[in-house]
This record gives sequence, structure tokens and C-alpha cells, in this order.
Amino acid sequence: MITLEPIARPGAPLARRNPVAKLAAAMLFAFPLMATLDPVTPAIAIAVELAVLPLFGVHPGLLARRAWPLLAAGGGILVTLVLFAADRSGRVLLDAGPVVVTSGVLVTALGLVLRLFAVALPGVIVFATTDPTDLADALVQNARAPARFAIGALAAFRLVPLLGQEWQMITMARRARGVEAGRNPVARLRLFVSTAFTLLVGAIRRGTRLAVAMDARGFDSGMPRTFARRQRFVTADWLLVVGATATAGAALAVSVALGVFRPLVG
Amino acid sequence: MGEGVWVRGFGWRHAGRRGWAVRGVELRVERGEKVLLLGASGAGKSTLLAALAGLLPEDSGEHEGSIEIDGRPVDEARDRVGIVFQDPQSQLVMARSGDDVAFGLENRGVPAGQIWPRVDEALHRVGFPYHRDRSTAALSGGEQQRLALAGVLALRPGLLLLDEPTANLDPAGAALIRAALTRAVDADTTLILVEHRVAEALPLVDRVVVLEPGGGVRADGPPEAVFAAHGDALAAEGVWVPGREIPPRRAAGPAGEVLLTAEQLGQPPRLAATDLTVRAGEALAVLGPNGVGKSTLALLLGGLLRPGTGRLAASPELAGTDSRTAPHRWRAPVLTRRIGSVFQNPEHQFVTGTVFDELALGPRRTGASESAVHDRVTELLSRLRLDRLAAANPYTLSGGEARRLSVATALATAPRLLICDEPTFGQDRRTWRELVDLLADLRDAGHGLVTITHDADFVAALADRTLALAPPDTGPARP
Repeated sequence: MITLEPIARPGAPLARRNPVAKLAAAMLFAFPLMATLDPVTPAIAIAVELAVLPLFGVHPGLLARRAWPLLAAGGGILVTLVLFAADRSGRVLLDAGPVVVTSGVLVTALGLVLRLFAVALPGVIVFATTDPTDLADALVQNARAPARFAIGALAAFRLVPLLGQEWQMITMARRARGVEAGRNPVARLRLFVSTAFTLLVGAIRRGTRLAVAMDARGFDSGMPRTFARRQRFVTADWLLVVGATATAGAALAVSVALGVFRPLVG
Repeated sequence: MGEGVWVRGFGWRHAGRRGWAVRGVELRVERGEKVLLLGASGAGKSTLLAALAGLLPEDSGEHEGSIEIDGRPVDEARDRVGIVFQDPQSQLVMARSGDDVAFGLENRGVPAGQIWPRVDEALHRVGFPYHRDRSTAALSGGEQQRLALAGVLALRPGLLLLDEPTANLDPAGAALIRAALTRAVDADTTLILVEHRVAEALPLVDRVVVLEPGGGVRADGPPEAVFAAHGDALAAEGVWVPGREIPPRRAAGPAGEVLLTAEQLGQPPRLAATDLTVRAGEALAVLGPNGVGKSTLALLLGGLLRPGTGRLAASPELAGTDSRTAPHRWRAPVLTRRIGSVFQNPEHQFVTGTVFDELALGPRRTGASESAVHDRVTELLSRLRLDRLAAANPYTLSGGEARRLSVATALATAPRLLICDEPTFGQDRRTWRELVDLLADLRDAGHGLVTITHDADFVAALADRTLALAPPDTGPARP
């Protein structure tokens, strides 16, 4: 089941900041972290991210549930690198026949996983604490995104949860027709493709109908739109953006001071 | 010049089509008139409404003649026109009800200070029962359609167009919309309504216009006069002309042996535990309000869903040697020879590229010879008036054709039991009668038939027994 509703406690000081400010802060915080390959910088960043969680009103357990694909990817990277990396430098920690784990491999793998988390978590936090309608409003009002794009995407987004139900329906409808893949992998793949096609045809039709209904209510009138819901970008929003950038800079500075800084380029 | 709608020699041909969707229409509608637009399927009613709403872009086809609204060409008068379509799901734009009504006002540049008072006024006019923060996803179909109407009325259109606004709703939802329309449409608003179910539309209108399928207007005038002169022809073309009874088709003999037995069968939280038996040679109709789990019951009886509670047993009569396993564990090709299912949305069941292959699929899967398949398909095609469409793509069929095809595909494997979910939903009178006859013949030939339906006429015409599902006492409260 795909859940899209925000999971933040309403009124948490950072959760109710302007969505564009949150998005900008997340990006300005995450991008500098990619400049280095050492594990210290992302570790500091993750510590900061977890420390500000209460200010976003997000319970860590809920966040973990929302971020499970990230956790799975992290685990996958760790296992793959430890088992298959060509670099076998450092002290041998485990020697079990074909599997040789060395300290060098472990540090590289951990560094990569930490980087993944440090860079992805801010985005996860922002989307988990932001109402999609507010985000679209703020993109149009504060970031001057075209309404045709932002509101159009918002409307399409509303139809996403329907796709899951539709998939189940189509699968059952096919079984009723005598079409079932059983255990044959080729038949499974073909059935998957044809179910996806049916789903797509339905989604395109529904999307077209929605677009016509939106235009019928003047979405294509070309008149300047007014805003029923006002999104404001205030001093506190600027502070969030500046604070996020400064913290990322500080994390890099600590890494340089400790002498572990390993630039991505050069 | 002047107020109202003036259609002069209008015609429209969709790009890439040989025939005109609508042609030669002459129509003058004065301000405040309420018009019911009728015509056989394919007479171009929806195309004419789209043209009146200014929703036929120049580059999507060829047009002739002209349409003026309040003295202005239709392209320049779009802010005077509002339109409500059939499907509530694909009309709502926003996640919160009030925001959805505000959407049109924002588009038209209404100053921010006036938006919320106008939103509240429109919601009040249609009798929307919730606060404007209510999630649009939590509304029933009838409530969603009310909200769509409010979104259009908030723009204060001089001309309101309704394209079968109740066709996708259950009777309770349709009644909600009719009540909202009666309440919300004032004397100054011109109304043009397309609706198959004439009896339900008549209280809203004072004039009927009938489009001729080949082009032009066949009849135009007060409802009584139009139906007195053209009622029989319209009924034969599929319009639900009021006061024309359809003779019922009851079972000739008593019900036969038991096919399925359900004991405490349920699927919490969607369906409370239910007992029932399904017999051969009997038409069973399952009734009940929306959200009570009727469609879930159809999936369970069809062997498509694993029961959440209780059990479903097939008799040896139906299952042969498989009577010890539950239907949801049967392999699909075996299932389709025993229990056929017809879904609410026909397109969910289409698998192939042509109507012929669609009908041949079931028999081929069950191992019939190619000549037997051919005979069976040809027979079904002519039986359901689909012979001229044998090479057509199923996705290009009209609503009535797609429905007939989906029933025919289930019949192609000659299942002993047929389960239909709302087979008559939104159908015109002609397709409706054909479905009743087809299903009655099937029952009289000794097949079992279970129909999930809201359609009281259908129950009266065909059902031998009814089962009314009641909302569970301890179930989750419906929002």
C-alpha cells in the first residue's frame, strides 16, 4: 500500500516551515556531503539529521517504516561490496574460503552506506512532513514554478493510490478469463507486461478525462491565477536554509580538521 | 445576437474518422431553459456538449457551422459555461474538498478574498454535508459528484451542461445528485442535460431535443409531445422512455441442485460473514447499500479471492473431482470452465487485440479444437450483435459493446455458474433487454446465475431469489 500523507505531528516547528524552504534546505544540506569519500562527514550529517527529527515532529519508528527501501538498499550495498569488491587491502578480518573480508573493504562499504543515508534522509524527512498540496502551492507561489506543471502533477499524484487497487482487479479479472502464469517464469513475465499494459491504458484514459475536466474549469484559460491558499516565505524559512547550508559546511570542516577528508575529485 | 445558446448548422468530425460525430444541428435555447438532450448511442450527444463547453480543440478534428453563447463565439464564451461529466473520480483535482471548489475560481483569477465565501456558498447550494477540509478520497461516489457540481456552480455559469452525471452512481448517489440539482440550479441558469434514464431526468427539464443519428434534430418540444410522437422509435433505439414496461423473465421450473455453499464466508473489514447457497437454474440477485461488500462477495464466489473467514464449498455437480478443494485454489483454465465472472469494468478483462481473439481465448485455453473454437465464437458474435466488430480492438468499443463483449467472453467457456457484478450499469434500454434475455436463457438452460446489482428493474425482470447484505454491526464506521 502506498501512503502519501505526511506523518509529522502538526505544529512541529520545522515541519510547518515553507515547503520550498524545506526542500532547498534538504538539497543544500545533502549536496556538499557528496564532495568527500570519508565516513566521518556523513556520520556527522546523520547525527544532525536524527537530532533534528523531533523538530520535524517525526517519530523515528515511523520514519524507518517510510524509509524501508533505503534501509534495504543500504544492506544490499554493504553485502555486495564486502563480498565482491576488488580492493582487498587492510587487515584480514574474516577468511572463510572464497569469502575474504578485510578492514579496507569494510571501511569503504560502510562509508558508501553512510553516504547513501546521509544524502537521502533529508529528502525522506521533507516529503514525510510536507502535504503535497502545500508543496505544489509553495512551488508556484515562492519558487515561481509554472502552475500548469505543479498543479497538474499534484492532480496526477492523487490518482497514484488507485493504481495499486487497479492492478489487483486486473489480475483477478484475468484469472477469471483462464489466464494465469502458474510457475512458468516466461509466462509470468508476459502476464506482467500485459497487465501493466492494461493498467497503463486505463491510467492514460483517466488522466485524459481529468485533463479535460480541469480545462473545462478554466485551467487552460491563460489568465493569471489567484491563490486561495497563501504560502509565505518568512525569515524563519531563510534561517532554515542558511542553517542547513552552514551545518553541512561545518561537517566538511570537521572532516578536514581531523585529516580524513578524501575529495571525490582529485 | 442576444442571450442563450444558438447552434447553427453545427457539425464535428474527429480527426481520422470517416463519419461525422454530429452534423447539421440547428438549435436555439433561451436563457433559463432546461433541456434534455436525447438520441440513440452514437447520435453525438456528448460531442455536442463538448462543443458547447468549448472543449473541442481546432486541431483535433474538422468543424462546420457555428455555436454562439450569449452572443459570443463559443471559444470566447468559455467562462460562461460549466460542465459536469460522468466519472466523479476523474473530475476531482485536489485532495481537500474546499480546495477542489476553489480550483476553478483560482483559474479564473477571482480575487483571493472572494474565493472562500464563494466556495462555502457553492458547497451549501449543493447540500455538501461536510467541512471543506474533508478529504475528497473519503467521499462516496454521490458525494464526489456533488462536489464536482459545486466546483462548477462556484464559477456561476450561465449555461450548465451535464453529461450523464448519474450514470456511474448507485441509486442513492443518483438521488443525491438530482436533489442537489433541483436545489442549486436557479431560474436564470440555462441547463442542457444528457441522460438515458428519462423518467429520472424529467422533473429537471421543460423541453426535450432528440438528435438524429445520421445528423440533424429529429424532434424538439415539450416532453409529453415529443414522447407521444416519437416514444416507440426512441425506446427501440435504447432510450429509457417512461411508461414502457418490460415483461419479466421468471424461471420456468424450480431451482436445480446446489452448486456452491458458503458458510460464514467473509473478508473483514470489507465483507461480514455471510451464509448462502447458489443453485443451478436459478437467478440469485445480491442487493445491499454501497460499501457492504457485494463486489467482494462476487470475487469470493468467483474463486478469485481467498476467503478471509468461513469457507466456500463447491458441490461435486460443479467441481467434479475437485469438490474437496475450494474454488480459489483451482487452476485458472479449470476455474473458467466452471465459474465465469463478469467484472464491473469490462476493460479489466480484455486480454487480446481483437474482439474475435477475445472470445476465442477461453475456449483455446481450455483445449478446444480450432474449428470448435471458430464455431463457438461465430455463434456468440451474432448472438450479441458483435459480428461486424470481430476485427475491432476491444478497447475501442462503446460502453454497451464492451459490456456485451465481456459477458460473451465469460459465456464462451460455457461455465456452469456465472457471476456478474453490476452487468446493467449505465446501459441503454436496448443493451439492457438483450442482457436480461441472454441471462434468462442461460438460467433456463440450467446454469446458475448470481448477479450483484443496484438495478431494481433488473431484479424485477429476472431475479428468482434475492439476498440483501446488511452493513455489519461491529464493522468500521463508514466515514
